[in-house]
Amino acid sequence: MKDVIRGLAYVVGDAIDTDQIIPAAHLVYSLTVPEERRMYGRYALSGVPADQQGLPQGGVPFTPEDAFESEYKVIISGSNFGCGSSREHAPFALAEAGCEAVVAESYARIFYRNSVDGGFVVPFETRVRLIDRIETGHEVEIDTARSTLHNHTTGEDFLLNPLGDVADILKAGNVFEYARQQGLIIT
Amino acid sequence: MAPQTITEKILAAHAGRERVTPGDNIWVNVDILMTHDVCGPPPIDIFKREFGDKAKVWDSDKLVILPDHYIFTEDPHARRNIELLRAFAHEHDLPHYYDVGTSRYKGVCHVALAEEGFNRPGNVLFGTDSHTCTSGAFGLFSTGVGNTDAALIMGTGKIWVKVPETMRFVFEGDLPPYLMAKDLILAVIGEIGTDGGTYRTLEFDGGAVYDLSMQERMTLTNMAIEAGGKNGIIAPDQVTFDFVRARTDAPFQAVYRDADAKFHSEYVFDVTEMVPVVAKPHSPDNKAPVTEVVGTRLDKCYIGSCTGGKLEDFEAAARVIKGQEVKVATYVVPASTEVERRMKEVTIDGQTIWDIFVSAGCMMGHASCGACLGGPIDTFGRAVGTEVVISTTNRNFPGRMGSKMSAVYLASPLTVAASALNGVITDPREVLV
Repeated sequence: MKDVIRGLAYVVGDAIDTDQIIPAAHLVYSLTVPEERRMYGRYALSGVPADQQGLPQGGVPFTPEDAFESEYKVIISGSNFGCGSSREHAPFALAEAGCEAVVAESYARIFYRNSVDGGFVVPFETRVRLIDRIETGHEVEIDTARSTLHNHTTGEDFLLNPLGDVADILKAGNVFEYARQQGLIIT
Repeated sequence: MAPQTITEKILAAHAGRERVTPGDNIWVNVDILMTHDVCGPPPIDIFKREFGDKAKVWDSDKLVILPDHYIFTEDPHARRNIELLRAFAHEHDLPHYYDVGTSRYKGVCHVALAEEGFNRPGNVLFGTDSHTCTSGAFGLFSTGVGNTDAALIMGTGKIWVKVPETMRFVFEGDLPPYLMAKDLILAVIGEIGTDGGTYRTLEFDGGAVYDLSMQERMTLTNMAIEAGGKNGIIAPDQVTFDFVRARTDAPFQAVYRDADAKFHSEYVFDVTEMVPVVAKPHSPDNKAPVTEVVGTRLDKCYIGSCTGGKLEDFEAAARVIKGQEVKVATYVVPASTEVERRMKEVTIDGQTIWDIFVSAGCMMGHASCGACLGGPIDTFGRAVGTEVVISTTNRNFPGRMGSKMSAVYLASPLTVAASALNGVITDPREVLV
């Protein structure tokens, strides 16, 4: 986990489920073969209905057509981000597109766990409804140790919830590194 | 010693502790790990990356692989996933691999886990599928995990868990004939919302629950995840033991809560006052009484999946449909090969369930997840364009059944069958005699 995550924000609404994050038809691609795994970056967030893509204006795809990477590094969402299926392909797809952090009011627990244990994106929670305060394309900066978000476009600062127990896993890189540090895997 | 819930007791026993408290992070020993074709190959890759090419799974008798998602498709990548599972099962000499295209093939993992005797009271079961919570109907702790967690279990037999608080849902009274377990769980999700149970256990209790068969109980626990729940659970009783003992000789230890166990919250429903409900597009918590949407024009009806494709789901639908013809494209997809076989054996007034659907003009599929989650473009029954669909499946987020312009209503098999006869959403009370 980086100390500072800085980049453009991409804003979506509430209850962005895993089919919106990566539609099930694309789950056939390998997560390891390079020419296939980049398809997850291409189709990340492609299941979000067009008028809800990139709020407040909408109609802004996360990854441009025919591209494999997104210009947005931080996703801002409302409540229950990542609800639905257990597919780890969801946080994987966001990471593959170049996303480094999600800031949401709340998460579905399997998505949250997958993000942390696989070390894909840092899932911050916040009590502030940031989707009303940040717009797609704003430049934001997260201080991961202090759990703060600064909006460079508007000059506003926001408090994020501390990462708590999962910070150790994120710092280790993923759950395997964490388990080795704890002596739970000896390899 | 402070009293504990069933979930707390099971987790404590599997962590080698006397007791646990909600919020504790513990490492538990896993009794069964289940995986399938979509979320099986990625953990295998991670397992090899982390433990080495020559590594052995922690216990080959505890790993169950049930391909079920993308089975009847020409998609080359989907077919490759089956080959990867087959190779892994061969390499590790896995006794519980149920290969596609053989007599061992089962179909939807959650239903097959029950049929094959892998759901045993008091156990801890993880699966690479969010609906793994279905198994909790048998009084065990079960939940869905991702690729990384599954790979960790494959290598070590252990995983960390945060002990959840328990929400208790009590159903009292005699279930009226026009209601099914699907109406009860849609009512719960409508009341607490798709995140109302996040991080928590949903425990189902009360006389109306214990009157249900195992198949109907599985419909309740299946959809705990639609409220965000970590697991769904029902204390085992004689119905549970009879079902399990008919399928396995494996030992198990039934676990019950302490009398004064603490719950996060309790909800009590009188089922005699409940009505048939739907979840309107585009969320499982968008509940409405069927009466509110009666007459909604339909393009497609779908009866299938882990939650709505069990034998009793088809029996209920067949009783409504028998002797009549459907007025709208209706897709029937058995959850498992056992369900399909039984549909061709069990009769209603001299006609098999299978024949009742065929005679009514339904399109018959074969055991798999089918169009519940959309899937490859050639998936049987997949939603296309702006179709309006009513389905016995468990999820109706945008695009779930294959088209993000389509509108999906979730309902009980009775309500879907009644709607199929009229081509519009129909209250099952209108057609049940």
